[in-house]
Amino acid sequence: MKKVIILTLLAIVGYYLIDVFAQIPFGVNRYEGQNVRDFYLEKSKDDLHVSNAVTSIVVNFRGFDTLGEVTVLFLAVTALGSILYRRREDAHKGVVFFSASKIVRSGAHLLFAPILLLGAYVFIHGHLSPGGGFQGGTIIATGFLLMLLAYHDYRVSHEILSVVESLAGLTFVFAGLGGLLLGKAFLENFLPIGTINFLFSGGIIPIIYIAVGFKVGAELTGLLYTMLNEKEYKKS
Amino acid sequence: MILLIAIIIMAIILLAAAIYAIIQKDLLYAVIATSVISLILSIMYYVLQAPDVALTEAAIGVALTTIVFIITIRNTERYEGKKYIKVGKKIIKK
Repeated sequence: MKKVIILTLLAIVGYYLIDVFAQIPFGVNRYEGQNVRDFYLEKSKDDLHVSNAVTSIVVNFRGFDTLGEVTVLFLAVTALGSILYRRREDAHKGVVFFSASKIVRSGAHLLFAPILLLGAYVFIHGHLSPGGGFQGGTIIATGFLLMLLAYHDYRVSHEILSVVESLAGLTFVFAGLGGLLLGKAFLENFLPIGTINFLFSGGIIPIIYIAVGFKVGAELTGLLYTMLNEKEYKKS
Repeated sequence: MILLIAIIIMAIILLAAAIYAIIQKDLLYAVIATSVISLILSIMYYVLQAPDVALTEAAIGVALTTIVFIITIRNTERYEGKKYIKVGKKIIKK
């Protein structure tokens, strides 16, 4: 009986999937007479006032894909953390490669703030210059990595990281839902678009990219911290 | 012309690093070679006018992937194959 139900459900799902895919023309130019590249470039310049066309495609025209991408990263980090993270008393005693010299420690201390600033710059100016949330978040994680390698008693609070990450994810989703509430599509722009080439332009794109930057930075920092504090694997 | 020569030199270094990463039995050196590959790739992306991808490659390929591999090597084995064995903190030939 159970198998019959499962097979029926699978058949229904398969029928509709095939039905949908059969309606997509294969090998046919659906944009006959209009060039998609020019369409995107013009749209991002005229309708959104975003000078970096890559950002406008990633966050606005393909914003739903980006939401999925962020979710994939979140799931990967969660899976890794659930395997490696253990709350123990000796968790912080695990040796990072070796204790760093004084020069390395001073240099890391000096470079930490500029690296964070660079990361923040990259994701705040994602709609004006190359880069964006993913790149900026990774740069921030690199800064934390430097501190983790230099000071082997450097601690990162998992609680703060999870709060930052959840808030950033919620910001992304609510920025998308805002468009839905105002009678537009999910993740469609609903804020004033401002002047092109200025910091306050592009509607919700900077907001979403700042959220993505915080999210990616928090996730990768947590990942590195968990991996570095994992104790040496003892072979039996 | 100078750009072309630079790209050819970078491509040669890229290939050399890739082959070195495959044939090297010391996995730490192989990981550093892959990081060199990422560095040159990011320069090439920048030259080919894709600065977004270049930034991603520089941050993830050079820094994060390398460190994740190095942590993994530290927690598992440094040498490929069964020619060497780790006893305590020493590495001896079998």
